[in-house]
Amino acid sequence: METIDYSLVDWSRAQFALTAIYHWIFVPLTLGLGVIMSIMETMYYKTGNSEWKRITQFWMKLFGINFAIGVATGIILEFEFGTNWSNYSWFVGDIFGAPLAIEGIMAFFLESTFIAVMFFGWKKVSKGFHLASTWLTVIGASLSALWILVANAWMQSPVGMHFNPETVRNEMVDFWAVLLSPVAINKFFHTITSSWMVGAAFVVGISAWYLLKKREYEFAKKSIMVATIFGFVGTLLAAMTGDGSAYQVAQKQPMKLAAMEGLYKGSTNEGLVAFGILNTDKKSYDDAVEPFKIKLAIPGALSILSFRDANAFVPGINDIMNGGYKTKDAKGNFKTALSADQRIARGKIAIQALADFKAAKTAKNDSLADVHRATLEANYNDFGYGFVKDKKELVPNVPLTFYAFRIMVIIGGFFLLFFILLWFAARKDMLQNNKLLLWLSILSIPLAYIASECGWIVAEVGRQPWVIQDIMPSFAAVSNIETGAVKFTFFLFAALFTVLLIAEVGIMIKQIKKGPEEAH
Amino acid sequence: MDYTFLQQYWWFLVSLLGALLVFLLFVQGGQTLIYTIGKTELEQTMLINATGRKWEFTFTTLVTFGGAFFASFPLFYSTSFGGAYWVWMAILFCFIIQAVSYEFRSKKGNLLGKKTYEIFLMINGFGGLILLGTAVATFFTGSEFVVNKMNLTNPLMPIISSWTNPLHGLEAALSMHNLLLGLAVLFLARTLGALYFINSIDHDQIFERSKKQVFINAIPFLVTFLAFVGWTLFGEGFAVNPDTQEVFILPAKYFHNLIDMPVVMIVFLLGVVSVLYGIGKTVLSRKYTKGIWFAGTGTVLTVLSLFLIAGYNNTAYYPSTADLQSSLTIYNSSSSLFTLKAMSIVSLLIPFVLAYIFYAWRAINSKPIDAAEVAADDHMY
Repeated sequence: METIDYSLVDWSRAQFALTAIYHWIFVPLTLGLGVIMSIMETMYYKTGNSEWKRITQFWMKLFGINFAIGVATGIILEFEFGTNWSNYSWFVGDIFGAPLAIEGIMAFFLESTFIAVMFFGWKKVSKGFHLASTWLTVIGASLSALWILVANAWMQSPVGMHFNPETVRNEMVDFWAVLLSPVAINKFFHTITSSWMVGAAFVVGISAWYLLKKREYEFAKKSIMVATIFGFVGTLLAAMTGDGSAYQVAQKQPMKLAAMEGLYKGSTNEGLVAFGILNTDKKSYDDAVEPFKIKLAIPGALSILSFRDANAFVPGINDIMNGGYKTKDAKGNFKTALSADQRIARGKIAIQALADFKAAKTAKNDSLADVHRATLEANYNDFGYGFVKDKKELVPNVPLTFYAFRIMVIIGGFFLLFFILLWFAARKDMLQNNKLLLWLSILSIPLAYIASECGWIVAEVGRQPWVIQDIMPSFAAVSNIETGAVKFTFFLFAALFTVLLIAEVGIMIKQIKKGPEEAH
Repeated sequence: MDYTFLQQYWWFLVSLLGALLVFLLFVQGGQTLIYTIGKTELEQTMLINATGRKWEFTFTTLVTFGGAFFASFPLFYSTSFGGAYWVWMAILFCFIIQAVSYEFRSKKGNLLGKKTYEIFLMINGFGGLILLGTAVATFFTGSEFVVNKMNLTNPLMPIISSWTNPLHGLEAALSMHNLLLGLAVLFLARTLGALYFINSIDHDQIFERSKKQVFINAIPFLVTFLAFVGWTLFGEGFAVNPDTQEVFILPAKYFHNLIDMPVVMIVFLLGVVSVLYGIGKTVLSRKYTKGIWFAGTGTVLTVLSLFLIAGYNNTAYYPSTADLQSSLTIYNSSSSLFTLKAMSIVSLLIPFVLAYIFYAWRAINSKPIDAAEVAADDHMY
């Protein structure tokens, strides 16, 4: 292969996106429903009321059906880093591999050991041991989320590493910087708490169905009471951590923020788009077409949310491409932003310096090697730009990022109010006769999933073309395989996941229709 | 702790995970025996529930094996997975379909029907075992790839590892030498699966049929295993010159490794004897049910020692026959000193993990599965 075919990059991305999207149908429910059923079992443990046991066992059954398919889709993601992103695996494997291994050692074994006790141990172990097993299962699942999100956050904001030209890879120098990076912390809590929202919406929706059918009144009411409180707390925390995440994006990934807002020309006191319809005629950042057809903005809000300062300048896509505005570097010092052309030039210098360094080393000319090393280090933070052929590649898909962000926020806001309303109605025993609210509860289940998936679309589409922000574009990260091979596995997985998803939904519906059984 | 020590320590841990994985493949082996040992639906359900309580351990060990390999030897991860694309994808496929099969098999509304999920378990059993075995065999027989890190300085084509065989890994399954290990793993896992059924199910017919299967599968296992080990120990191996790090072919390299590392040889022999004891005592005595523990421990020891002779004593553990100097050794493919140190601290958790697995396993397996339990329990596969 003399050059990489762009279709290979696209299909590799498509396959990863497919796997991630399918995986993410199942994970939030595991994380959210897991905590809910643990709370329910705790109620059983404390009160000894067998109704709580019955409730727990019903939700646990649905948890198990969902869990299996989450595991199936999860294993592919891990191995796809190697099979489809092999160059990436070498270039940053020294940092990225560690969280994956720790995830296995710390989280997966916890999960898989205690899930067996949870399902098969009702009559074999004590009540306390069983309760502990249930909690340990969901703690294991949450820890697994922690490590994989640490890994993902590191790709968005690489910290705690340096590039070693001798080994031609990035190497970890500070484990705690990787683990405790503000991007990772926000990402973890945002993901976990938004998954609580998904779990709560699921429990509420299904319980509402029983009320509509005039079945299982006690079961449904108890489930709704637990789920609405839990869902409200989750959604509120998700909103707070979402704000933290957006703040981090503004500092670390200004292009992503600009795409989230459809912002081309930035300003101080920049407004946040509360409602907007993008102009589909706008094809490129450098055409003269207006980006919006309709736009309603809250004045100054974007500056405040991004930099906690109404007078702060928020750069738009054009500003980032053209450079020249005042910004802060990683240490907080003011600097003038470089243009895309300048950064591409710096990237090329860095790549050439690496080649020259290696040549000098081979010729055993250490002093010359040191000179090239210094050039490489001075330009390294733009290393990835050296692989960019056309600077337009640096702009992510704006409509997808813009709309996905809005859908996520609107649905999140809806749930915040909805959970309060439902809790109140259930408490006052008004819910079972309110068909509108009950139907709305059922229809809200897909909304929660849509919001959750949209969050990932913002995070992942918005950071394109970077696999590792500024250091490696997706183009340079792929494996050297034929596009046809990736296409084949893409369609194979697409078909398989779809069939399994239909089967899963089918089983769930049967179980729900059958309803909770007597506690055993 | 010096770098060399940590590289060897992590090779040991990866080898141990690999060895535990091979033992836990009794789940896959057991799956291939569902129809052979289970003649009625109840018997089949009992068998599936016996392996169904352990499938997640195997799965998790596979995932952790992959994660640990990635973290400690990232060049292997990028070269092998990105190059031998088809064989790894085929293995993954075999495992994805397993993950849902237990949970979905007997549930109403499962779209594909019970039989399909049982076929999935069969595919996972036969396909997964043979492919994993042949893939691991390439640690001794080599693969066709080239690694050139300087490609990263070529903005048009920066990929450092390239597979040179167009079959992208499937060629491994066409080599008799590799295939012998694939078959050995298959028959070993079936033997272990039958031993596990003997231990974990309280049912007379299942006991008798399982015992018969232990004998029937142990014979081809021993034949293929001895053929593979003989061919490997006395055939050509991939040695590394410790001074220049140059890789070269050396006859009987792996046999020399055993001689040079007597502790590993003792572990290997203990392992083989323990496997034979577990099998032999089960076949010869009337009511013996503990064979799985001897055969299982023996499997771990044997596989561990095989991994160790592939990586220790100046040996290239992932050799390239297309370009010998591209071969991977534990020294040229490992993570940095810092990462290995950080990971080593995390590895101190492993005994704790093993302890709670053991504790939970005992809590669940304290009483063998019987027909009454299968009929009464709600969470049945």
